Amino acid sequence: MRLARVVLIWVVLAAAIGVPIALAALSPQFSWRDPVYIVAGFAGIIALGLVLVQPLLIGGYLPGPSAYRARRAHHWIGGVLVVAVLVHVGGLWITSPPDMIDALTFTSPTPFSPFGVIAMWAIFAVAVLAAFRRRLGLRKFRLVHMPLAVVIVGGSVVHALLIEGTMETISKAALCVLVLAAAAKVITDVWMRQRKTRPVKSSPGGPL
Amino acid sequence: MNSVAFNRRNLLAAGGAVLATGVSGLLLPAWAQAVAPTASMSGGSNNYLKGAPVVNRIGKGGFWMSGTVRRAGDGAPLAGQRIQIWAHTTEGREEDERSHGATLTDKDGKFRLEMPQIVPIFGQPHGHLAYDSGEFKTVFLRPVMRSAKESSLEAHFVLQPA
Repeated sequence: MRLARVVLIWVVLAAAIGVPIALAALSPQFSWRDPVYIVAGFAGIIALGLVLVQPLLIGGYLPGPSAYRARRAHHWIGGVLVVAVLVHVGGLWITSPPDMIDALTFTSPTPFSPFGVIAMWAIFAVAVLAAFRRRLGLRKFRLVHMPLAVVIVGGSVVHALLIEGTMETISKAALCVLVLAAAAKVITDVWMRQRKTRPVKSSPGGPL
Repeated sequence: MNSVAFNRRNLLAAGGAVLATGVSGLLLPAWAQAVAPTASMSGGSNNYLKGAPVVNRIGKGGFWMSGTVRRAGDGAPLAGQRIQIWAHTTEGREEDERSHGATLTDKDGKFRLEMPQIVPIFGQPHGHLAYDSGEFKTVFLRPVMRSAKESSLEAHFVLQPA
């Protein structure tokens, strides 16, 4: 791969995640927030950024690391994602316990809460399954991981877009579009590969 | 006392209600359904502190919370009702005591209290209001601002006897 292309991919990725974080850091909202609330908010933004990195790593779209190292990074970042979500939820719980309890029990008046909570449980589920992936068998693990990944991506994007918080609107929307695109790309690629490697079955009805 | 004008639609509705509910229809006059009571909103009571004092202004002000309080049924304005207000503002968090205050409705059932600018918390710029004085059933409201840039917010109560 040409160097210019390699550099371009990494610069775009760094900007896609770095610009929304930088613009959020400039938000005037911070003057009226406690440190715990600020940390909780950033944990959420970082988690959204990691949701973009994950499909890129596992799909092998990032130039540089070998497939093995990319997969290792995917596993580690999955763990970091769990920690980021725990910091996000824990920090918000400290900030306003009744609002967090409403969200976790699906009784919140805010429309974005259930999307975030569902994505959270999907992230935890993948983390637990990943710990047992060898016992489960990689084929079965992938079969469960894929739909959960769709839930994580969809839930996170809707959650983020509906929130009126510290993130700047356009950079947030751009990050969300990239998250959806990366997930769609890796899912299509995996599906196409499976179709290619699977033995071809004759159609049940046969030719007319 | 009951000054509701009986037009044809009211009469038909009342008659239908009496037929449908039998004896209880006689005990619950049909006009009681005219102005429905306001239900508490989900999350409305979050960070409520009992007994916020009646104040002229919460903090330094700059933002107006206003609304009306009426009686369920005939919709008559309720004067002298204590409405408690709190929010996450430029001067404090929802649970801070200094973010809470109360005001009384005037003879037209209207209230208006100046408070600091509301800022978004938990993803939405919103305020909290409570009627919790005992004479009527308790109601907690949680109105959301259309934009965080707005400098006023309204909430309306229709109360039913406790």
